[in-house]
Amino acid sequence: MENLQKIASQVRRDVIRMVNGAGSGHPGGSIGIADVLTTLYFKEMQHDPKTWTRSGKGQDVFILSAGHLAPVYYSELARSGYFPIEELGTLRKMGSRLQGHPCVTDNLPGVFKPSGSLGQGLAVAAGMALGKKMDGDAHRVYVLCGDGESEEGEIWESAMWAQHHKVDNLIAMTDWNGQQIDGPTTTVTGIEDLRDKWSAFGWDVIVADGHDFDSIESAFELAHAENGKPKMILFKTEMGHGVDFMAGTHKWHGKAPNAEECAAALAQLEETLGDY
Amino acid sequence: MKKYIDSGKIDTRSGFGAGLVEAGRKFPEVVALTADLTPSVKMGDFKKEFPDRFIQCGIGEANMVGVAAGLAITGKIPFIGSFAEFVTGRVYDQLRQEVAYSHTNVKIASSHAGITLGEDGATHQTMEDIALMRALPGMAVVVPCDYNQTKNATVAAAAWDGPVYLRFGRPSVANFTGADEPFEIGKIYNLNEGKDVTIATCGHLVWEALTAAEMLEAEGISAEVLNVATIKPLDEKALLASLAKTGCAVVAEEHNWAGGLGEAVCSLAAANQPVPVELINGQDRFGQSGKPGELMKAYGLDAEHIAEAARKAISRKK
Repeated sequence: MENLQKIASQVRRDVIRMVNGAGSGHPGGSIGIADVLTTLYFKEMQHDPKTWTRSGKGQDVFILSAGHLAPVYYSELARSGYFPIEELGTLRKMGSRLQGHPCVTDNLPGVFKPSGSLGQGLAVAAGMALGKKMDGDAHRVYVLCGDGESEEGEIWESAMWAQHHKVDNLIAMTDWNGQQIDGPTTTVTGIEDLRDKWSAFGWDVIVADGHDFDSIESAFELAHAENGKPKMILFKTEMGHGVDFMAGTHKWHGKAPNAEECAAALAQLEETLGDY
Repeated sequence: MKKYIDSGKIDTRSGFGAGLVEAGRKFPEVVALTADLTPSVKMGDFKKEFPDRFIQCGIGEANMVGVAAGLAITGKIPFIGSFAEFVTGRVYDQLRQEVAYSHTNVKIASSHAGITLGEDGATHQTMEDIALMRALPGMAVVVPCDYNQTKNATVAAAAWDGPVYLRFGRPSVANFTGADEPFEIGKIYNLNEGKDVTIATCGHLVWEALTAAEMLEAEGISAEVLNVATIKPLDEKALLASLAKTGCAVVAEEHNWAGGLGEAVCSLAAANQPVPVELINGQDRFGQSGKPGELMKAYGLDAEHIAEAARKAISRKK
């Protein structure tokens, strides 16, 4: 657990430096979900960058549906060994494989599909999960959506479909930080009763603290049940968690820190594995 | 001119249904998905023969595209079937991100395309789909002309490495191409060699073009009839050779004027072989309820209008 904490701290540093270097991007949500994704990549998933293929055969698969969380996604991939960490400094630059939102055009290892237009990742993950079942591949498919993203109608089409087709090797996660671009979700559409919504759609719903590693690990453990139901883990998170002036607000959803802000943020995040 | 025999009127969507079964036998990776339209898009025989490879998605086309893309990533060859409007306009963004940009091997089986869908009216009569699909980088756009060709094109689509938009329709129309003629995506089929005018066409209008060519022949006009069954990638070489020979063209399609075969031919001709071109299409209009034949006539999509356009194109030659 201590190890996960260390990795997550480095991932947060990567995110802040990457977005600062790019001059644009989405730091708030990225550092808010860093503890969950670090647990996923460094503890939960059975995956191996050395034998990875885009088909996902023989491995667990992670799909990022909320594509604007690209900075944290790229950091987790690089720190896991999918590509050199030095490449993180190319985020959003011309010719980089690290596009502003993830894509597969240049075959970036670890990435299964493009993301950016919201609401679409759950369906693709469900399709991959069904594909694994058809092929007798016992691995799981994980997907991360945002709570704001869940305002998209397609999410609920997929919710119905995955339940009906009993895709129980699908573990969906919602980054439940209560924030979206225009403000708190309570003021936008009032989507906060996510637990009831997913339960009503027939899913196994697990609620966990997205900043407590024990809670995160237990949630994944519960989600392993082979009970004919797809799983939804609602991770209660704080947008901007780990940097005091970014925490708990939507204001850093899509804003890059300047040099001064970047330095102030990095002062709060221990360099544990060496900066890229 | 070369004679074509109609072996019996039948819908092109049934050609798709037969082709899908054949593709399923040939390629174990082929799976079929529909959004609550199994009989309409003729997936019933596939479902019967391969129940484990048939995936019902309910009335949720966006999810269907995503599920298909996911299956394709794992190595399947998914065909998604619905009415043309609901697998193009309704899910354009999903096709853009999860199929075209994602390079997933998804085949879009687009039934009931065009005005000949008939009685259901304009909500269902898509005349803009070719434009939408042509605009997606890497998307092949295939519009076969009859039952046999649709069947063979379906098998070819399964074998093609990459996304394919396969457009077919509901009305019973002449079936005149070879039952087992292999279909090649990207190839123009020259159905009648001619020297005075090129008639480039696709889908239901191919038979009308052949009828028009017969009418023109009686007047001493020699019309070349090109079945442009693949609109993208366009067989530019065959098209330019024909334009160079005849010096003028008619392009006929069951589609809006914007973004279809007409504009594809015009942009190619303007850049390489400028010749007078007359366009037969649905213009900038929506359709309406009616019988397919009545609508074709009312919207100027028949042999008479093609022949008239050919005379006009010839008269514009310098």
